[in-house]
Amino acid sequence: MNIHEYQARELFEKFGVASSKGKVASTPEEAEQVAAAIGTAKIVVKAQIHAGGRGKGTFVNGFKGGVHLVHTPAEAREVASKMLGQALVTNQTGPEGRVVNKVLVAEAVDISRELYFAILVDRATSAPMIIASTEGGMDIETVAEHTPEKILNISVDPLLGIQPYQTRKIAAALGLRGPLMTQASKLFTALYRTFIEADCSMVEINPLVVTPEGRLLALDAKFNFDDNALYRQPAIVAMRDTAEEDPREVAASEFNLNYIGLDGNIACLVNGAGLAMATMDIIQYSGGKPANFLDVGGGATKDQVSAAFKIILSDKNVEGILVNIFGGIMDCDVIAHGIIEAAREVGLKLPLVVRLEGNNVEAGKKTLSESGLTIIGASTLADAAQKIVAAVKAA
Amino acid sequence: MAILVTPQSRILVQGITGSFGARHAQLSLDYGTQVVAGVTPGKGGQFFEHGTHKVPIFDTVEEAAKQTGATVSVVFVPPPFAADAILECNDAALDLVVAITEGIPVFDMVRVKQKMTGSKTRLIGPNCPGLVTPGEGDKSFGGCRIGIAPGYIHKKGNVGVVSRSGTLTYEAVWQLTSRGFGQSTCVGIGGDPVNGTSHLDILKMFNEDPETEAIIMIGEIGGAAEEEAAAWAGAHCKKPIAGFIAGATAPPGRRMGHAGAIVSGGKGTAAGKFEALRAAGIAIADTPSVMAETLLRHWGKL
Repeated sequence: MNIHEYQARELFEKFGVASSKGKVASTPEEAEQVAAAIGTAKIVVKAQIHAGGRGKGTFVNGFKGGVHLVHTPAEAREVASKMLGQALVTNQTGPEGRVVNKVLVAEAVDISRELYFAILVDRATSAPMIIASTEGGMDIETVAEHTPEKILNISVDPLLGIQPYQTRKIAAALGLRGPLMTQASKLFTALYRTFIEADCSMVEINPLVVTPEGRLLALDAKFNFDDNALYRQPAIVAMRDTAEEDPREVAASEFNLNYIGLDGNIACLVNGAGLAMATMDIIQYSGGKPANFLDVGGGATKDQVSAAFKIILSDKNVEGILVNIFGGIMDCDVIAHGIIEAAREVGLKLPLVVRLEGNNVEAGKKTLSESGLTIIGASTLADAAQKIVAAVKAA
Repeated sequence: MAILVTPQSRILVQGITGSFGARHAQLSLDYGTQVVAGVTPGKGGQFFEHGTHKVPIFDTVEEAAKQTGATVSVVFVPPPFAADAILECNDAALDLVVAITEGIPVFDMVRVKQKMTGSKTRLIGPNCPGLVTPGEGDKSFGGCRIGIAPGYIHKKGNVGVVSRSGTLTYEAVWQLTSRGFGQSTCVGIGGDPVNGTSHLDILKMFNEDPETEAIIMIGEIGGAAEEEAAAWAGAHCKKPIAGFIAGATAPPGRRMGHAGAIVSGGKGTAAGKFEALRAAGIAIADTPSVMAETLLRHWGKL
């Protein structure tokens, strides 16, 4: 799950992470009030959408840029009025863009140094890992590739939490000495607390800045949250903005389906995540292009399959569907009846290849072939992939 | 001998009175597995009845282990309580705990893993289908089935199977069985980013197990566990291995169902993993449809 920049700042405030002064606004008037309350000579107004590339984006009304520097509250209101309610197109949104419902109005700070600081769960050590670098504002993967010596990795014992000496070690490596070291220790400790207490899978501060007057501030942040922990994070769940998500993925989650839209023409519906990925792979290997990842889980009930078909069919690029179910415990005949009912319910017209394997598979195949629907049967995974690719080409 | 468990292993089920745990306890009993105890806090003294089986239920893992001689536990409890259930097995010094539960918060597993470092208790999973050591009977009955895999697709034999996914494991097992080749033990290590037992751990066990003659290793995108296992296998494994990696067509930055199946920062790609496998002399299955065939060819059986 992702959150907006202004929501990241709300988390900063809650956990005591120093940042520049700023507040979210939903109307131009509010933007003006916030700017006046901040009271600095330079103010930045930022459109709030999840996609990156906002600064270089263009609004569909022609207004250029999703990030603007202004000097007066009146100017903040003027800029906000051009952003709010308008769709912003960036290199990550697609041509339709994303509607901006809120803007962040914040103090624009002068920067003397830009640093990088992140915390994530490291898989190799199964522990939280801090990554810090003097090269802030840059793409950290590029830094890691070209100048790995500029990256500091510190592993944190999850049972102890971050220790004060570790925060000083990072501060020293980043050249944060004197009064800045105290600020750094406080900020790193607060960020670690945020990371743990909000069940994040990653917190990235890029950049972490030092201002000419000697303030250390987390200027921009990217948060990723552990989906498995959302049940105990109601405040984080409340930050979810489904308008920023693929509507098909939102619909799928309501039926306990795991769906990820892709740009191919052959849809698939599979039980199990590993088999679902493998099915996408074999579609491509056989000359087709997968339109989605879709894991229906262990059950594959009629209601689930029916919901899955509807989601698949809402993708206009889909020209054929491959259903691949390994019915280990479930009766394949029950699954077959579910597929038939679902296909009837949605009035399926596209080519449909069904590959069933497992418990009571012969009865399941018989049910499919006697359904009166034009379902193409398949015995192996390779056979299924070849048949759906051929059927789509013929259609 | 098989690895980790044999048909004689004595199993306890945590969460045996929940619908998921109960269903799979029944299937394991039907398979002939020695399910000797259940644990549900507050229901100690009751029994879990299935056919002629009457399995005693205990309030704690320690009591269940002491009174029934169980050395292996399988965890079916819901995510908020699963980490605690695993730690309880560690405290009771069981040999093995198999966590089936999907959706355990990653920090819970980070703490569990840290706590269990150096412990005698081995953890498999979480978010895994469990493991099966097939038995001698019809459709491999009489074996040890721990978890949620369909028992009947197995056959007793000499191929070890290790995988991060459930149904993709069944696919490999079924391909082997259909061709007349059985399995020593099949282990699903789970799809989470932090798990108890790695591909490498299992490869080492298969390498030492006299009954295992060849190995199928199934991985997926995300992390570097397959690369680590392949590097070791290239230098030390005496047995033929065939490998498959799922997720070649997965878009970067997206979690593909399994919490651990994600390509991030250009790392953990299927291409990179296939390359590591190839460099280690592991035979690559080009598609999931030819996993068994690829192994049999590499093993000189085709």
